[in-house]
Amino acid sequence: MATSYGDPVVWALIVVIGVCTYGIRYSFIGLFGYLDEIPSRLERALRYVPAAVLAALVVPSFVTLTGTGLAVDKLVAGALATAVAWRTENVFATMAAGMGGLWLLRFGILPAL
Amino acid sequence: MDAAAFRRGVRDVSPLLLGIAPFGVVAGIAAANAGLSALQALGMSVIVFAGAAQLAALELVDQGAPFTIIVVTAVVINLRMLMYSASIAPYFQSFTARVKGGLAYLLTDQAYALSISRYRSTDGVDRVAYYLGAGGTLWLVWQITTLVGVFAQAGVPEALGLEFAVPLVFLALLVPAMEDGPTTVAGLVGGAVAVVAAGLPLNVGLLVGATAGILGGLAAETVLAVEATDGH
Repeated sequence: MATSYGDPVVWALIVVIGVCTYGIRYSFIGLFGYLDEIPSRLERALRYVPAAVLAALVVPSFVTLTGTGLAVDKLVAGALATAVAWRTENVFATMAAGMGGLWLLRFGILPAL
Repeated sequence: MDAAAFRRGVRDVSPLLLGIAPFGVVAGIAAANAGLSALQALGMSVIVFAGAAQLAALELVDQGAPFTIIVVTAVVINLRMLMYSASIAPYFQSFTARVKGGLAYLLTDQAYALSISRYRSTDGVDRVAYYLGAGGTLWLVWQITTLVGVFAQAGVPEALGLEFAVPLVFLALLVPAMEDGPTTVAGLVGGAVAVVAAGLPLNVGLLVGATAGILGGLAAETVLAVEATDGH
């Protein structure tokens, strides 16, 4: 589990990401008057960043392979959590459904099959 | 500084903390899982202060992805803050460069959303005080919950699969982000392509999936606009 990166590299990573992120935050706030509006084409593309990025993070975590094939526990727990997220849009309820489902499958149902 | 406006910001952000607190704990757990020390985990939450980017970066660190890929992935995730910066900039126009620099550091999804709606609805509000009330509270809760996560991780058996909480947090954010036709297409394409691309070298799967999703959203927007025009 532990990273192959050494301490200085981890710190460098944190600082580089932090500086880039701050630059994004400061961009228009700091340079208002120098920068015009966001170009409309960029603004259109930015509208799709959250949905695209979040889905690209979520779906591969639910659809994963193990040595023998698809990881069923994560797939079913993910589907359950998706249904709850859809109904509630609540972080707590989604986490409870997903983790509860995973533990029920992993320690209750799958070993009994 | 107007104390009432500050308190108003704190009060408005309070319900959102229920969503932020588990997110912060998960970020701390993910940092510990990826081999970061408590100091590094806290350093990341202070210096980067952007949950989704932190979690994505930590997952890639854990997988041993190349440095550049991790940075580019985190930056793409944070690009949405360009929109917030541009949208809130006119309200900060009269402040000194130093104040602007400080306010920019605290710019997050939640601080932006709360402040912009307060600025639009209430004319004479002390903008800095309100923003610090909302954004400062978020910042503090984020740092504390990160540390809670780091220390909680050490006591949790690996078999519980606590890392599964990371995508669950993102899932709860994903559903409201898919708010109309094109954003839903962006999510579906991004997710599907990321699964297929998961085996690609250099851990570029997330980046490829996200890019495909953005292009999918733009394409859907164009198609839907054409259909709407044809229909009339």
